[in-house]
Amino acid sequence: MIIENSKTILSVQGLCASINGIEILKGIDLIIKSGEIHAIMGLNGSGKSTFAKVLTGHSDYEVTAGSITFEGNNLLELPPEERARAGLFLAFQYPIEIPGVANTQFLRLAYNTIQAQRGKEELDPLEFDDFVREKMKLLEMKPDFLDRSVNEGFSGGEKKRNEILQMAILEPTLSILDEMDSGLDIDALRIVANAVNHLTNKDNATILVTHYQRLLDYIVPDYVHVMQGGRIVMTGGKELALELETRGYDWVQTNRQSISGAIA
Amino acid sequence: MNPTIRSDYLDFLRRYWPNVQSEAQNWLNQLRINAFDHVNAQRLPTRRDEDWRFTDISPLTQLTYSPAKPEYNLQASDLTHWQLKEAKNRLVFVDGHYAEHLSVIDNSLQLVIGNLPDFASTHREMLEAQLGCHATSDCNVFTALNTAFLHDGAVIIVPKNTVVEEPVHILFIATQSEVTGYPRCLVLGEAGSQITLIEDHVALTQSAYVTNSVTEIDLADNASVKHIRIQRDNALAFHMASCAVSLARASNYQSISISLGAQISRYNLGIRLMGEAAECAVSGLALIGDRQLADTHTCIDHSKPNGISHQQHRCIVDDSAHAVFNGKIIVRPYAQRTNSAQSSRNLLLSKTAQIDTKPQLEIFANDVKCAHGATVGQLDPDEIFYLKSRGLPDLVARDLLTYAFGAEIIQRIPVASLKQRLEQAILCRTQRQS
Repeated sequence: MIIENSKTILSVQGLCASINGIEILKGIDLIIKSGEIHAIMGLNGSGKSTFAKVLTGHSDYEVTAGSITFEGNNLLELPPEERARAGLFLAFQYPIEIPGVANTQFLRLAYNTIQAQRGKEELDPLEFDDFVREKMKLLEMKPDFLDRSVNEGFSGGEKKRNEILQMAILEPTLSILDEMDSGLDIDALRIVANAVNHLTNKDNATILVTHYQRLLDYIVPDYVHVMQGGRIVMTGGKELALELETRGYDWVQTNRQSISGAIA
Repeated sequence: MNPTIRSDYLDFLRRYWPNVQSEAQNWLNQLRINAFDHVNAQRLPTRRDEDWRFTDISPLTQLTYSPAKPEYNLQASDLTHWQLKEAKNRLVFVDGHYAEHLSVIDNSLQLVIGNLPDFASTHREMLEAQLGCHATSDCNVFTALNTAFLHDGAVIIVPKNTVVEEPVHILFIATQSEVTGYPRCLVLGEAGSQITLIEDHVALTQSAYVTNSVTEIDLADNASVKHIRIQRDNALAFHMASCAVSLARASNYQSISISLGAQISRYNLGIRLMGEAAECAVSGLALIGDRQLADTHTCIDHSKPNGISHQQHRCIVDDSAHAVFNGKIIVRPYAQRTNSAQSSRNLLLSKTAQIDTKPQLEIFANDVKCAHGATVGQLDPDEIFYLKSRGLPDLVARDLLTYAFGAEIIQRIPVASLKQRLEQAILCRTQRQS
């Protein structure tokens, strides 16, 4: 929801980033305020997943120019774990499997680390069990999820639910959901989307990184940004996603050229 | 290495050999005499021997450790730390000698179980046909020594079509310092039988000793054994061990071996798939630090068609420790449609840690599926990033992944209390942060 005079959570200015010397992000500007849901759309290779990784501090990427301010703090100075503890969350497109570590063990460790950072009480295994089971209902997850190794042998849909479960537990200020809908059938998509809608409120914000419009039928964005060649080339309301769906990404290309032509 | 030291070492051991030639010429004595002849015909291996290329046992050769004498000062309360509540049968050997007062035998189960000399005449035919026939004395001087000094030993015979649900715990405790112990096990799984064994090597002493252990397992048609082997000797101990397994048609052998202790340890595991459609699954974990050396040599020999073998060996090596893995897979010409997979994964935790891993495939059949792979390295950066993106500090993330790397093998152990204790042990060894 767009709220008048709400505080700025994320401010990205002129962000450029490269991997192995190849520039992927070529000057991104983006302002996100509390309560808002932003969709970032674009073709494969447009830089949208890279943007998500740079925000969370993946060490493969080097930021060459620009700034990222998160709730008034310079995010680029923080390592990934401190960004997470500050309230940033990335739901991975391909969540990592960790055989040998029980999901509940991992979830509790993450939860307690963030609780400690916030000066709040940590939970022992029994207390955490009650807490996490309540959250799991939101995602209609079976209890055996807790005893299985982290993501090991999970179906695509189960992995995505496990990501959103982490979002539910960690209660981040800004969630970035990278290709949340990939690998999900329609029922799983509905469950995951409902959970995300349940978790969004006036004090947090969400970025949906997606290729397709489908997800946006379930989680309705306040803003839609189109990325191309490492830049945000177009920004609009939720109707822009529908326009993209009917006209395709080529339309952005032509449209953009005509706009820049007009400016020139 | 000085050859005189080598022969001195064997000479020293030879002097303690109880000369059984003068005693009754029973079959056990004959077995000891033959083995002793093999000791005399061999020398100690050195790094010039291909099988010992990475493992220098010269510190062992400088020791003059006489065979351990029987001492029965232990009380049942001394064992609480190692007791497994799931096991209804427990055979306890102290420095290689059977401790009847510490052992528990459940007669309600249809098992032949106990100490070797007690069955030497009652089950003579069966034992004579098996003992020393799987782990032979002709090509391994340590096996020859074990058989030459053979006295007590665990005997377990699982009768035909008998399924034993409760695991059997065979506990070998080292208590005396500067002695050599000769643990021995013989397991015979008759047709269609099933059992789970825990071969557990532990120490109650802080000083050095030598364990020279031999286990033989024979599985008849459709028999199945789960063999969990835990080596948690003290940090000064020397542990030389062999296990020889023979598999008949459609039998199934599952091995989980965990090496945590000893200054120098060597485990030779030889599995022969001698019947059609026999199957084995071999998991191994060595977790070592300081200046420990853990060497695992396995040989899986497929000689009949439709055999299956799956092997996964892992090493976690810290400080200046050194792990060795040599995994040989033989597929003989007649063993068509063999399906074999081997993986060796290794984690180096320090700059001075060392790993030598060597998959060795010898395939003589043409219709086979064999996969093998070996990796040596550090933790996966993507896994670390995933954990850090959830707020975990770098060291905590690394420790958790190191734990997971080992725990994945531990979690295959089908005995809950043992699994929990080992998970805890792995956790303690891998958490450097807290």
